[in-house]
Amino acid sequence: MNNIYSIFKKEVRSYFNSPIAYIFITLFLLLSGYFFGSTLFLQNQADLRSVFGFWVPFFLTLFVPAMTMRLIAEEKRSGTLEVLVTMPIRDSEVILGKYLAAFVLLLTAILLTFTYPLTISILGNADGGSIVGGYLGLILMGASYLAIGVYISSMTENQIVAFIISLAIIFALFMLDKILMLVPSGLVSILEYVSINNHFANIARGVIDSRDLIYYLSLIFLGLFLATRTLASRKSA
Amino acid sequence: MITITNLSKHYGSLRAVDDITFEVKAGEILGFLGPNAAGKTTTMKIITCYMPPTSGTVEVGDMNVFDHSLEIRRMLGYMPEDNPLYHDMNTVDYLYFIAELRGIPPAERTQRLKNIIELCGVGTVLHQDIGELSKGFRQRVGLARAMVHDPEILVLDEPTVGLDPNQIVEIRNLIKELGKEKTVILSTHILPEVQATCDRVVIIHQGKLVADGTPEELQSSFQGQELVHLVLKAPEDDVPAALANLENVSKVEDKGVETGNLRRYAVESQRGTDIRESLFHLAVEKRWTIFEMHREQVSLENVFRELTKSE
Repeated sequence: MNNIYSIFKKEVRSYFNSPIAYIFITLFLLLSGYFFGSTLFLQNQADLRSVFGFWVPFFLTLFVPAMTMRLIAEEKRSGTLEVLVTMPIRDSEVILGKYLAAFVLLLTAILLTFTYPLTISILGNADGGSIVGGYLGLILMGASYLAIGVYISSMTENQIVAFIISLAIIFALFMLDKILMLVPSGLVSILEYVSINNHFANIARGVIDSRDLIYYLSLIFLGLFLATRTLASRKSA
Repeated sequence: MITITNLSKHYGSLRAVDDITFEVKAGEILGFLGPNAAGKTTTMKIITCYMPPTSGTVEVGDMNVFDHSLEIRRMLGYMPEDNPLYHDMNTVDYLYFIAELRGIPPAERTQRLKNIIELCGVGTVLHQDIGELSKGFRQRVGLARAMVHDPEILVLDEPTVGLDPNQIVEIRNLIKELGKEKTVILSTHILPEVQATCDRVVIIHQGKLVADGTPEELQSSFQGQELVHLVLKAPEDDVPAALANLENVSKVEDKGVETGNLRRYAVESQRGTDIRESLFHLAVEKRWTIFEMHREQVSLENVFRELTKSE
C-alpha cells in the first residue's frame, strides 16, 4: 500500500512538474468548452447532451493515450524499470501506482468542467440525475481507457508506438456503436455489449445499472491485470 | 554469502550464460570480469531477481533468488548497466523516493539520507535535476540509490564506465571504502580497476567461467618464467657467463647499452624461483654496481587476453 502511494506521488509530481498536465488540462477544457459554448450560444440550448454525450468521450480517446503512453514505455526505454522492479516491491504495485496517478490527472481535467453544469443550472432546469450520471459515466469511461493505455504502454519501449496502438484500440471501442448498422444482425447484440459508448449512454441518462458498472470495472481490471502480467513476462525463462 | 550453481541463461539459441558456478564470500569485493557480451550483465540481472535463469540456482545466504525474491531484493543494492535514473527529478527527491520504496521508516529517513548523501558526496547537487548533472555526479547518485537502505550486498554493473580518470579513482575509492563492510560484486572490463579494488576475480568468456581466484593467484598461474631486469655497471665480457652460472637461471639476454657504460640485461629463471638475492650477492662479489633491478609481473591484462581469446 505504501509502495503504491510512493509511486503514485512520484508520478503525479512528474505530471504536474512538467508541462504535460497543464497542456493536457488546458487543451481539454478549451476543446470541450468550445463545443459546450457553441451549443449554448449558437443553438440557444442550455444542454449538456452533445458535449458530454459525444465531444468529451471523443476527446478522451485522443487524450488518454497521450497521458498513458509514457508511463511504462519510457521506464523501459531508459532502463529505470529495472531499478524499480529489483526493489522489494510487487509488479502490481508499480502498475497500480502509475495507473492511479494518471487517473488523478484525468479526474482533475473532468472535474474542472463543473462550470458547464453550473451554467446550465443557472440558465435553465438542470437534470441533477443525468449530470451526476454523466460525470460518473465519463470517469468510468476514462478510467477504462486509462487501463487500456497502461497495458499498451507496458508492452513497448516506444512511446509513439504506445500512443498509436492505444489510440487505435480505444477509438475502435468508441466507434463500435456507430457502425452497428453495417454489421450482420446476429453480431449487433454482442457489439452493443462490447461498445463502450452504449454503456456510457445508459449511465449518462442517470440510470446506474450494475451491468454497466461491471462492464467498466472488468475492463479496468483486465487492463491492469494484463499490464502486470506483461511487466512480469521478463520472468518467463 | 552468494552461491551460484550451474547457472545458465539462454536467449533462444544464444547461450548468454553457460553453466557457471562460483561463490562470493561475505565481505569481499568480487571483480566480475569479461569482454563485452560475455554474460556479466545477464548474471547480475539473475542475482538481483530481475529475471530467472534457464537452469541452475543462485542462493543468497540460504535463500534461493526466486523463492525468496522480495527478501533478497531487500538485502541487495543494485546499480544496473548505464545507471538509469529519472532525469526529471532532483537528487534529493529521487533519493527520498527510493528511501520510501525501500521501506525506511519515516523517522529514520532524514538521518539515513544525510549519511548516504555525505558518503557519496552528492551534497552539492541536491536540488539540481538529475538530467543536468555531470556523469560523475550521476554515478554517485546511482551509488547512493543502491545504498540508501544500507544493503549487505552491492551489485554494481560497470560503475565507472564513461568517467574521467579522476572520477574513476574517486568512485573506486568509494567502492573500496564500502567494501570494508559489505559484499560487493563489481562487473567491469577495465583491468586496472580490478587490480585496484578487488579481493577476488572471476573471469567469464562467452558465457563460461574461465578463471576464479585472487588477482595474484591468476597472475602467478599464468607466469611461465620469472624475469628479472637488471641495469649494471660492469665489464661487459664477464657478465652474461657469470649470470648464466647462477642457480636456476635459464637464460640471459644482453639488451644492449643503456647509457655510457651501463648495460641492461634480462635474466630468466625457472618458474617459482626468486633469483634477486643471489644476483645481489654475485654483484657484490664481482664488485659490479647495480643501477636498477626489478622483477617483471605478468599483468592481469595478459591473463585476461590469454583467457578470453576468441577462437
